[in-house]
Amino acid sequence: MFAKVEEVVFSAEIREAKMNEYKLQEEIERYLNGEMSPEELKQFELLRKENTAIDTKVNEHQDFTKLLKQYSDRLALENRLNAIHDEIDVHTLADELMVHPSWVVQLWRNHHSKISVAASVAIFAILSVMFLTGKMTNQDSQYIQLRREVGNLKNKTDKINQKLSQNGRANRSANAERFSGTGFAITSNGLIATNYHVINGADSVYVQNAAGKSFKAKVLYTEPQNDIAILKIVDTSFRNLGAIPYTIKKAESDLAESVYTYGYPQDAPHFDEGRVTSAVGLNGDSLDYQISIAINPGNSGSPLMDSRGNVVGIIQGKQTQLEGVHFAVKSSYLLSAIHNIPADSLTRKINLNTKNTLAGLTRVQQVKKLNNYVFIVKVYQ
Amino acid sequence: MNKELKDSIPTDSEVILGILNNSESVLKRMYVAYFPMILQLIINNNGTADDAKDIYQEAVIILYNKIKAGDFELSSKLKTFIYSICRRLWLKRLSHMSRFGGDIRDFQEHMHVEDEVEKQNDMDIQFSKMESALQLLGEPCKTIMEDFYIHNLSMQDICERFGYTNADNAKTQKYKCLQRLKKLFFQQK
Repeated sequence: MFAKVEEVVFSAEIREAKMNEYKLQEEIERYLNGEMSPEELKQFELLRKENTAIDTKVNEHQDFTKLLKQYSDRLALENRLNAIHDEIDVHTLADELMVHPSWVVQLWRNHHSKISVAASVAIFAILSVMFLTGKMTNQDSQYIQLRREVGNLKNKTDKINQKLSQNGRANRSANAERFSGTGFAITSNGLIATNYHVINGADSVYVQNAAGKSFKAKVLYTEPQNDIAILKIVDTSFRNLGAIPYTIKKAESDLAESVYTYGYPQDAPHFDEGRVTSAVGLNGDSLDYQISIAINPGNSGSPLMDSRGNVVGIIQGKQTQLEGVHFAVKSSYLLSAIHNIPADSLTRKINLNTKNTLAGLTRVQQVKKLNNYVFIVKVYQ
Repeated sequence: MNKELKDSIPTDSEVILGILNNSESVLKRMYVAYFPMILQLIINNNGTADDAKDIYQEAVIILYNKIKAGDFELSSKLKTFIYSICRRLWLKRLSHMSRFGGDIRDFQEHMHVEDEVEKQNDMDIQFSKMESALQLLGEPCKTIMEDFYIHNLSMQDICERFGYTNADNAKTQKYKCLQRLKKLFFQQK
């Protein structure tokens, strides 16, 4: 029962508080609207100054109603603007003001998907046609190569024709040089090694040294299967060459070994260098090395030297169909050929040089020394 | 029509005076005069005519409020001011829609107006809060609020309109409605 009384008192308090709040709100509105009498105004302002809670309430209410007013003003303005806007012919205006890009750009913008598809189809079509007609099988480069070869062949035939015509005249004047190659001394008493194909079918053979002096020679021994020939200088004016500076290498040279040659593709001696590019020759023939030295007619029979001044082979020929494929007979075959020379064709036993005097020299010095021991082999038929 | 429009472009001071005096015709002439410029800007920068309308009206409202508040100084041409505001607003909207490719095709000279746009943005947030609060308030409270606080009707008028038996009842009702509206407004984030 006691509690009930309290409850009643409490709810009355709440009601009173609510009432007060309501009254306060009323007063605030009257204050803000300027509906108060001067007396009331004075009192209220005093209250506001003393009580910050009431002051905050006043400001808050003022701000809120102001916002409400602004909001409605905004709505009204928007309506006014909309009304004005509705009178404008926006569509026509937009058409006029649109920046019109060039027709190409417009075409692209409007139809770019179609254009893309069309382009893809076109590219595909062109590629297929190219593929089907074999345009893409690298014909161009083959053609160029072929043409080069034709050029080479033409050059060769021209040269041969020239030679033939010269020879025609020369034959009539008799004893003209028919072929020439290179040979190199293997002993100091005048044994010369060269290719069999150089002297094949010869009536007479002469060798000419670097000084231009010719000596008559005879074919002492041949091994056609190995394309090796051994000549002997039989000329009476021939003097002993002196110790041979190089040795003939028994072992095979390694791939990529640096080699050079010295021979007579023309009247003057010619030097060129390269590397051993394969241990086997044409079609896997173990007789030959492949070397990357440019070889010209007349080089046949030239010594192939390694960097230490050993003879490692005899320059033999080249593959006409392929670029840069040249061959040299391995020196081991030369050694065996020398060994195979029948004893009865020799006046005395061959003593091969075993002391290499080129080993420590520079390339230039080596070549200078070689000069005396490499000959032009001239063949007459 | 176009020629007529060009002839009737109001001078800048004419516009300011007209807005201060609530002249409907000046507002209209101004609106019609500068809209094509903004339409051109928007439709040539990935926008539609409706986008142009939105942006332009926002700019006009900024200008209108600035003149009304009395802090509009004619430091540049009115045309440049409007163009700059619209340009800024449109850039903002483009980047918001992530349709902004990094460059905008300009048709007029322009100036920095970031502050104005930001101020307007704050107001817009308040207004949209108020709009949804009023929406949630429902009838008859909404109308009572509008009549009393916006249209400044007296309690007597409201009493009659809504058929309250006496002004005190209407006052109580109005008080309750205001409390609810405040609550709804401040509840929003």
